Amino acid sequence: MRVLAAMSGGVDSAVAAARMADAGHDVTGIHLALARNPQSYRKGARGCCTLEDSRDARRAADVIGIPFYVWDLAERFHADVVDDFLAEYAAGRTPNPCLRCNEKIKFAAVLDRALALGFDAVATGHYARVLEAANGRRELHRSVDRTKDQSYVLGVLTAGQLAHALFPLGGTMKRAVRAEAAERGLAVASKPDSHDICFIADGDTAGFLKGRLEPSPGHVVDESGAVLGRHDASYAFTVGQRRGLHISTPAPDGRPRYVLDIEPVTGTVTVGPVESLDVWSMVGVHPRWCEAEPSGEFSCEVQIRAHGEPLPARACVEGGQLRVDLDEPARGVAPGQAAVIYERTRVIGSATIDAVARQTSPAATPTVP
Amino acid sequence: MKPTSTATGERRVTYLDHAATTPMRPQAVEAMTAQLTKLGNASSLHGSGREARRVVEEARETIGAAVGASPSEVIFTGGGTESNNLAIKGLYWARNAGGDRPRILSSSVEHHAVLDPLLWLSSHESAQVELIDVDPLGRIDIDALRASIQSDPGSVALVSVMWANNEVGTVQPIAELVEAAHRHGIPVHTDAVQAVGSLPFDFATGGVDALSFTGHKLGGPLGVGVLLTRRELELVPVLHGGGQERDIRSGTIDTPSIAGLATAVELAVKHQPEFVELVGSLRDDLVRRVRSEVPDVLYNGDPSSDLARRLPNNAHFSFPGCEGDSLLMLLDAKGIECSTGSACSAGVPQASHVLLAMGATEATARGSLRFSFGHTSVQADVEAVTEAIGPAVERARAAGLSAVV
Repeated sequence: MRVLAAMSGGVDSAVAAARMADAGHDVTGIHLALARNPQSYRKGARGCCTLEDSRDARRAADVIGIPFYVWDLAERFHADVVDDFLAEYAAGRTPNPCLRCNEKIKFAAVLDRALALGFDAVATGHYARVLEAANGRRELHRSVDRTKDQSYVLGVLTAGQLAHALFPLGGTMKRAVRAEAAERGLAVASKPDSHDICFIADGDTAGFLKGRLEPSPGHVVDESGAVLGRHDASYAFTVGQRRGLHISTPAPDGRPRYVLDIEPVTGTVTVGPVESLDVWSMVGVHPRWCEAEPSGEFSCEVQIRAHGEPLPARACVEGGQLRVDLDEPARGVAPGQAAVIYERTRVIGSATIDAVARQTSPAATPTVP
Repeated sequence: MKPTSTATGERRVTYLDHAATTPMRPQAVEAMTAQLTKLGNASSLHGSGREARRVVEEARETIGAAVGASPSEVIFTGGGTESNNLAIKGLYWARNAGGDRPRILSSSVEHHAVLDPLLWLSSHESAQVELIDVDPLGRIDIDALRASIQSDPGSVALVSVMWANNEVGTVQPIAELVEAAHRHGIPVHTDAVQAVGSLPFDFATGGVDALSFTGHKLGGPLGVGVLLTRRELELVPVLHGGGQERDIRSGTIDTPSIAGLATAVELAVKHQPEFVELVGSLRDDLVRRVRSEVPDVLYNGDPSSDLARRLPNNAHFSFPGCEGDSLLMLLDAKGIECSTGSACSAGVPQASHVLLAMGATEATARGSLRFSFGHTSVQADVEAVTEAIGPAVERARAAGLSAVV
């Protein structure tokens, strides 16, 4: 098989590429240049878009003994991922750009180009497994290393994309991958993991947004609508946030208050007590299915953050939207996040949370604006 | 992806990137390696030093004789980039010492080794850089250059225009622009990195005041180059140190590389007519056959095979609907090595400023490939491209349509 190995310059994608080559595949390594103005050196352990990372990927390819190229996807990445990220925050939502990148860049722009150029599959260093079911269907599953599992950010892949996706590390523990990298003589064996958002190198999301979004001042109100304070930028708030709420008067009962809702047009940020964060159900838009679209109501688990716990739930698809009713309430559910639907370790699909309901009563059934 | 193998399993590489670097001639390797084990710093006063110095001075004479310069006009440098930096900055600093000659005239299709020193001088000092436009074939607008000079001749520090373009092979009208500049006493520098060995050439009669070339483009070693400068030309050094090379270029003299370079220059100049015959006919054949395999291909630069108009070893194409780097990758997998143009340090291909200056669209510029022949090229190289180019373009086109950025 002709395999295109996407190599970030980190240890995982390097070992993934090496394993593909060992398996006898005809492997070509590529590094995606995603930053418009790449910095020369990594600063801290974030990001993966510096010239140093590109060099690390190239050196890994040398050691593995595969051809290596750099693909410039900076414009596309900016349009599909960074601009989308900004637009989502401006709209009061909390996006996950990694899912967006997998959906639009790694398993769309890169995969399409790879297939057109004669490759059969794209391999990455994601911790997830693609298993073949008895009927020959390819299923996406969590990795065996649950602490490193990245199936959440792959929940946007369709069956068509999964058919050409290879995740050689899904059956291995991270520490074993590092040991294997050292054994293979890969210099990135002890390179720190990248985390957070690759295009926000210093990890300061609020600062990144501040430099790029218009100010959106507004009121901070309680659940009754009483004004408690003012703020400069609604995008600086996240549902579930407790600190920095710009409130001068304490709550009557003295208990901490949390962001419950962000209304981007008026800039109104609603705060309330912790139990008001409880979400019982949600509606997701833009559903993507890793397999055939499910029909009727079904039991499942839903995960709403990259490293969140799976929550038991019932789900159904209605009119192109995914409705999820949780068995127990969950906190910190924000519009814009991805709800990824699992059956045990298997990923069924995902949707972008658009509306949430905080009570179980039918009257509170969320509606899509 | 492995290069195609012959029946005997031997790796057959079709190397068509001689404009990037070309193999060293065996005689140059011999001359260079003979010096590697010799003792002596060419600036030392003892016997070993004198021996080394003798090798360097003989090399200087050999090169001078080959290119029509006097030995004292040959300054050894670390390569083309350094030669260009020295000529441009050195001349600018010398001529604009009083602040009255801040203008530098150049072209919009220069190599980065010229463009970037110019931009540096304009952003860090008070240089006023004017990049004269080129026509769709990449040839400088000589009337625009004349007009620019005449607008205020006394304020021009220098004119720097390449002899032949590294991407599309267009040869510039050096004699005409020398005439235009010299009429006003303005010195002319030319980046002749692609020209020496490919084009008939003589420093004494060519008229330019400073000329850059480098070893590895003509069968000599990497990391050594020459700046030819007229004896009377004053240059402010870029590198300061021990005062080697007439105090213009300090740094311990690289005797082995210089020995290899001299042999390569001598051979390149001596065999220039045969070289033109060899690479010219291969190039013309390649152009015919690529056009026949890919009928809508664009042949960039001057379509003439006249040495006064185009380098004999250069073929530069745009393949509509393709990304150049897709094509490069597909051909590389077949063992065919060519170039998309200048790569930046991350290895990301960018739309060529040369093609954009010639009026190409961004998409056309990105869909370009340069094939450049050299002294080791053979007919089989043309056959390999002929066989591979059609399917590669078809594939790259499909990929281009699915993922044009």
